[in-house]
Amino acid sequence: MKFLSRKATCNSHGQDSSYFLGWQEYEKNAYDEITNPSGIIQMGLAENQLSFDLLESWMANNPDAAGFKRNGQSIFRELALFQDYHGLPEFKNALVQFMSQIRGNKVTFDPSKLVLTAGATSASETLIFCLANPGEAFLLPTPYYPGFDRDLKWRTEVEIVPIHCSSSNNFIVTKSALEDAYQRAHKRNLKVKGVVITNPSNPLGTTSTREELDLLLDFVQDKNIHLISDEIYSGTVFNSSPNKFISVAQVLKDRNLADNSELSKRVHILYSLSKDLGLPGFRVGALYSNDDTVVSAATKMSSFGLISSQTQYLLSCMLSDQKFTSHYIVENQKRLKNRYDKIVSGLRNAGIGVLPSDAGLFCYVDMRHLLSSNTFEAEMELWKKILYQVKLNISPGAACHCTEPGWFRVCFANMSEDTLSLALQRIKDFVDSTKPGDESRGSSRSSRHSSRSVMSLTKKWVLRLSSNGHEPER
Amino acid sequence: MTQKHHQQQQEQSSNSKSGGGGGGGGGMRVIVPLQGVVQGRGGLVLGSVIPCALFYFLRLYLKRNRASPSSPSPSPSSSDLPRTHSRTLLSPRGSPALLSSRANSISKAPESPYYAGRKRALHDPYHPLSNPHGVLDLGLAENKLSLDLIEEWVVENGRDSIVGGGGGGGGELSIKGIATYQPFDGLLSFKVALAGFMSEVMGRSVSFSPSQMVLTAGASAAIEILSFCLADSGNAFLVPSPYYPGFDRDIKLRSGVEIIPVTCRSTDNFNLSISALDQAFNQAKKKGLKVRGVLISNPSNPVGSILSRDMLYSLLDFAQEKNIHIICDEIFAGSIHGDEEFVSMGEVLDSADFDRDRVHIVYGLSKDLSLPGFRVGVIYSFNENVLAVAKKMARFTSISVPTQHLLISMLSDTKFIQEYIKTNKVRLRKMYTDFVSALKKLGIRCTKSSGGFYCWADMSGLIRSYSEKGELELFDKLLNVAKINVTPGSACHCIEFGWFRCCFTTLTEKDIPVVIERIQKVIETYKS
Repeated sequence: MKFLSRKATCNSHGQDSSYFLGWQEYEKNAYDEITNPSGIIQMGLAENQLSFDLLESWMANNPDAAGFKRNGQSIFRELALFQDYHGLPEFKNALVQFMSQIRGNKVTFDPSKLVLTAGATSASETLIFCLANPGEAFLLPTPYYPGFDRDLKWRTEVEIVPIHCSSSNNFIVTKSALEDAYQRAHKRNLKVKGVVITNPSNPLGTTSTREELDLLLDFVQDKNIHLISDEIYSGTVFNSSPNKFISVAQVLKDRNLADNSELSKRVHILYSLSKDLGLPGFRVGALYSNDDTVVSAATKMSSFGLISSQTQYLLSCMLSDQKFTSHYIVENQKRLKNRYDKIVSGLRNAGIGVLPSDAGLFCYVDMRHLLSSNTFEAEMELWKKILYQVKLNISPGAACHCTEPGWFRVCFANMSEDTLSLALQRIKDFVDSTKPGDESRGSSRSSRHSSRSVMSLTKKWVLRLSSNGHEPER
Repeated sequence: MTQKHHQQQQEQSSNSKSGGGGGGGGGMRVIVPLQGVVQGRGGLVLGSVIPCALFYFLRLYLKRNRASPSSPSPSPSSSDLPRTHSRTLLSPRGSPALLSSRANSISKAPESPYYAGRKRALHDPYHPLSNPHGVLDLGLAENKLSLDLIEEWVVENGRDSIVGGGGGGGGELSIKGIATYQPFDGLLSFKVALAGFMSEVMGRSVSFSPSQMVLTAGASAAIEILSFCLADSGNAFLVPSPYYPGFDRDIKLRSGVEIIPVTCRSTDNFNLSISALDQAFNQAKKKGLKVRGVLISNPSNPVGSILSRDMLYSLLDFAQEKNIHIICDEIFAGSIHGDEEFVSMGEVLDSADFDRDRVHIVYGLSKDLSLPGFRVGVIYSFNENVLAVAKKMARFTSISVPTQHLLISMLSDTKFIQEYIKTNKVRLRKMYTDFVSALKKLGIRCTKSSGGFYCWADMSGLIRSYSEKGELELFDKLLNVAKINVTPGSACHCIEFGWFRCCFTTLTEKDIPVVIERIQKVIETYKS
């Protein structure tokens, strides 16, 4: 066997987890309204397909953008040869403007501090390469996006130490949870280089509160480490209350810190157009940092994942059309809110609760009462039932390293409204069909309550069993 | 008694939590019986102190031995020591939040002339009318000779191919087909089109299978992914020198794989010899460096020579004998301007019975199709395991889907592609011949080159001192006085001084006399 590298033969790319398994099953038996109405409905993919028509009409009205023309003149040559890793200036300018718009124009971004990459996956990995050496660690609140196990750890050889969050306070990050995670890392002789948060959160859909952000900033300042804020879902905030989404950039600004202050230099933001604009296929990601060394190193590393100049140009035209972007942001928000309301009421009808949230392309659903026992094995059992019987692919909390079994992430923006109705119907039917066993379940429920304390002790090894692969917490 | 017991319990519980320290658990198993022994004789103090001390030293010893190879840091004086665990015991308070060694070394590294020259050229680009005193960039291999053909095609056919594809039929604009998540290693239809193009460009003497391809955003990413797959940090690849300066970044920067240059000399026309490879391999072994593969460029950059069929066979033999991989960068395969026949490694494997699992070909559209801005790279491998891993790594470097769609249309237009390849070759040949003979008139000889965008020019007669310093002085004069950006041989790790890589594909016919005139001036200042 022509021996390959350790990275090639290990499985810390995390792609053997259930998250990816569900995708595979879906691909084998994908739902289609006409050709396969009993197929599996994909509710595990956080994609925004609600506002394509807006993008299409813009492109139809602005043919020059896709036609390599600027003011009627062909700029094909210029774009064909453009491979400067500093990025197309007009695109970066338009992108920072868009990022500012999403934040209610409360903060502005400097294009020279923005590094473009082929997708957020590339941006996160590149940032870790710049901030940490192999063997060092980052703290992440749980539950978190399963892809981080690959993006942050695989080729960088960096560790993730989870910050345990609990549903008892809606999974908010607390000071004690932070300290606890830090100590655990310390005991494992891992040097902590920073904290990574996703705000708005994936899979929760919640936005970080100002208190949380202040707590995190104080924490990283105290420990002299970095804070990475993945704000990829910042444009999917559907709660129209004005202060619902607060970017870490805003909190820094409110502290009256200069951009070159020590703390500002340690806060880095990740972004992408895959969620807000629903253009994951375009592969547009970015990282933003006040630290010149990080920007310079990341820029050079971006050589390994530059965005096609064709795409940069097309999007620069679209995003600099501020009339369009303002309209898009508002309309997209409306549509997401509609979907969210629909899924929440549909689930409520089936007796299923949802974590209250304000953003994202999904909701975090509480199915703990449907578990046969308060274990991850039971969660896996339920997930499989939902996948194979109910024919819905949703994401189990274990894949997101949630410490409590029974929570599932369900996406609602990647299908038509009719499909969503069908999915909700299927769930209702499934829940109704399990009701007759209520009495037996009732007794097991009470015994479950008393055994919950025992369960929490066995949580760790159960986690290991069910997450089927790389388990950072031993 | 209870105090001892409590202490023992504390140690045990702290060990079970810190499961990450491999020495911890092992240490405990030694300590407990030891403590029992000491208890019998030494009592409370010795019973606790001795095992604690032993335990502490054991952990320290195990920690030190667990330190993995250092992270890639070209400057040995890098302030951020890799994996020194004592740092974790120090309080982080007061010390600035550190970046990675990679980030620090990138910022500390002096800029190579390759990049410095490019920057200058970008800021002050030559234009015959608007900026006649600007910098003529002969440093970056961009083929401007046939871009007009591509542009024409795009103007006529481009629009529909970008957004018509996918969802809506009948030319209707549908973004769903290009906007949503697609296979990260490239659309199958794009792979099919690329496989066909690669075959066409290599004279149809070899056929490529789309199922053995992983697409990446540019060939640099393809090389990097192969580095991650085939070698561990600290291992090495043998690379014949002089070589493409970008390899230093592509191979070393993040994967930490070392490059061992294999010297080629002007006396051999800078051709590779197996004995040189062998020598380099053995030297590496003596130094304790594990060689995992050979990286060859064919046609080569910067020399532009083509590997003979015999040499390809010899390379396969060599790789088999040493049990290593071969990475074949064939990115200039479609840019042959000489008379020699280009033979792809793919063709050799087709015809002969070699172990294919160790062969990987890299390709891209930046050179042959003049589209570096679109970021299209290819990993072509015969090894299923490598393909599986590369596919997952392609997540970090996927090609923009609208670009894939555009190129699918273009590459499937066989008539256009054939016409393009033919015309491009003619133009390359003419420009190469004209440029080389113009340089010859100045007394500057170029090595025979059959493909690619460069001539490898011997300007050793012009340098003041036969050294890297002398060469860089000339480079500086050429850049700042003559305002010509060429790449000095030292940036390509050439062992001989005075060689310069000059790209001729960024020039038009009218530019050649301008270049010659400017070099002439520099020559005259040297003589005076």
